[in-house]
Amino acid sequence: MQVENLHTHFRTDRGLVRAVDGVSFTLEQGVTLGLVGESGCGKTILCRTLMGLLPASAKISDKASIMFNGRDLRGLSEKQLRGIRGREVAMIFQDPMTSLNPVMKVGAQISETLVHHLDMSKREARERGVELLRAVGISGPERRIDQYPHQLSGGIRQRVAIAIALACEPKLLIADEPTTALDVTVQSGILDLLRAQQRERNMSMILITHDLGVVAGRTDEIAVMYAGKMVERSSTKALFGNTRMPYTQALMESIPRLDHPTHTRLKTISGQPPNLIYPPPGCRFAPRCTRAEERCQQDEPVLISDGAPDHTFACWRPVGMPAAGRAA
Amino acid sequence: MSEATSYQVAKPEPVLRVEDLVVEFPLGRGEVVHAVSGVSFEIYPGETLGLVGESGCGKSTTARAVMQLPAPTSGKVILNGIDLAALNSGELRRQRKQFQMIFQDPISSLNPRRKVSDIVEMPLVVMGEGTPEERAVRVREVLAAVGLDPEASLDRRPFQFSGGQCQRISIARALISEPAMLICDEPVSALDVSIQAQIINLIQDMRRRYDLTMLFISHDLSVVKIVCDRVAVMYLGRMCELTDSETLYRQPAHPYTAALLSAIPEADPSHEPRPIAMKEGELPSATRPPPGCRFNTRCPKAQDICTQAVPPMTDIAAGHAVACHFPLI
Repeated sequence: MQVENLHTHFRTDRGLVRAVDGVSFTLEQGVTLGLVGESGCGKTILCRTLMGLLPASAKISDKASIMFNGRDLRGLSEKQLRGIRGREVAMIFQDPMTSLNPVMKVGAQISETLVHHLDMSKREARERGVELLRAVGISGPERRIDQYPHQLSGGIRQRVAIAIALACEPKLLIADEPTTALDVTVQSGILDLLRAQQRERNMSMILITHDLGVVAGRTDEIAVMYAGKMVERSSTKALFGNTRMPYTQALMESIPRLDHPTHTRLKTISGQPPNLIYPPPGCRFAPRCTRAEERCQQDEPVLISDGAPDHTFACWRPVGMPAAGRAA
Repeated sequence: MSEATSYQVAKPEPVLRVEDLVVEFPLGRGEVVHAVSGVSFEIYPGETLGLVGESGCGKSTTARAVMQLPAPTSGKVILNGIDLAALNSGELRRQRKQFQMIFQDPISSLNPRRKVSDIVEMPLVVMGEGTPEERAVRVREVLAAVGLDPEASLDRRPFQFSGGQCQRISIARALISEPAMLICDEPVSALDVSIQAQIINLIQDMRRRYDLTMLFISHDLSVVKIVCDRVAVMYLGRMCELTDSETLYRQPAHPYTAALLSAIPEADPSHEPRPIAMKEGELPSATRPPPGCRFNTRCPKAQDICTQAVPPMTDIAAGHAVACHFPLI
């Protein structure tokens, strides 16, 4: 998947909200990308744009292109998109209770995709459904397939949602905060399952989360978003080892950690994220950045590299580099 | 032992003593949800006690029972020597200034139609304290203390503030009556990481400034570690372990605590997560909790006795109590 110059704006009564404002990235096959940022940074809207799941008030810029497997998704009709959604690109949402249909049995919800996309008979679909439930680690799948979502716990429900997403062997799986609504002991099981399935099927995966702990152990690459822009993009190891963007660093430092002694004062990021109707000129993080200088308030930084392959960041005064480091 | 060599300092009277708290909700047809079953703890002056556990473990119900919202089915809630559960509604209302609460969702816990000045002043009005002028001074003081500009916020309404600022307003409202006890129910769970850190710091600043005694409820063990002096772990309505937070994280004695700690994802890619496996199978329900130790259906160490006898809270070291037949230390 290759995304170029994507802008997604919303018309509202108060003005144009620039939810995603100029994002470009490439995602190779078999790679897991963690998409990290706080609420309102545009990570969910970005993925909904990729899926073509936007409300009518949204407008995608004309110059944007979303290339997927050699086709530009932007040029496709709704009918053609429907053939891709669920078949080639699948999505898992935060709350499995609202993404599953409460009045349909689990089996019927899995079969639906299989019958629609793969022309299976109902009987074949049911057998495949049992296999899928077993593959996502649900014990007693023959019994579970005839249950309704309300009879399942949150963790099992999310496993069912994953089984549905995997049903047609998608090439790209987008998981939007898949464990935010779950307890910690359930969370690790779901994350391990996603990682294992991604490797086994050589899928690409985008894991959206606000939790840096979730992406640290389970992604190959990370993209950090702030106020509608991608501000740092790197391999997971380099992002944690060689943080360049002050926002990424501040985010990492503000997480409470188990090795903090009791009553530690946390480092904080002062202020609030900017208003996306009138974003500040220059770097959008500048008003909250401790390293900001005059230039940061005026000129918008572009994504640059520190020489290491695959590590880019949008900053005039990157951490651990000489001031105004400009390469590439 | 002479007095000089005694290292055991006489403990002051606890601010809050909860004894054998039971909360049950009837479901009809003879079924009962055993939300909290026999929980006891004490909180000493200036101390913060954390209550952790996963959803449905009864931590929020315990907090609400302490607040008498609603009153517990049985058990005692003794605040500064007075059993709140034994008071009638008028007496209870007079005691309310002694214990205040802040909630998870800062926006829905504030009345959207009221101005900030009215919201923060309300506890004093209800208790009939001070003249309007005196109250206005107190409102300004407490707003400034929680980091809001009084001039800019007094006449605004909650929707004009962000989630983090609304939580500051809730904290101001809780602190204005100078309570003996502050109960925080997941106060930072709905906030973003960068805002969460601001509010955690604020709560700690307020603890020092007002010498607060707190009961702090959270599902996030890292947050609890930073904020709390001692931590109680709950599972399915019962307490499993209670000790100071450093010990709990270094040397958990209950298999459930250990499993919970091992499941926390760390923001460090070199750290290979190794969660302790728990037994699979049906998650037990609070309507029909398993007999014996309630964790026995998922415990990797469970033996026959665990399905038969309820393990009592037992001291395994000074200030370290655990309810387990086979503690890890």
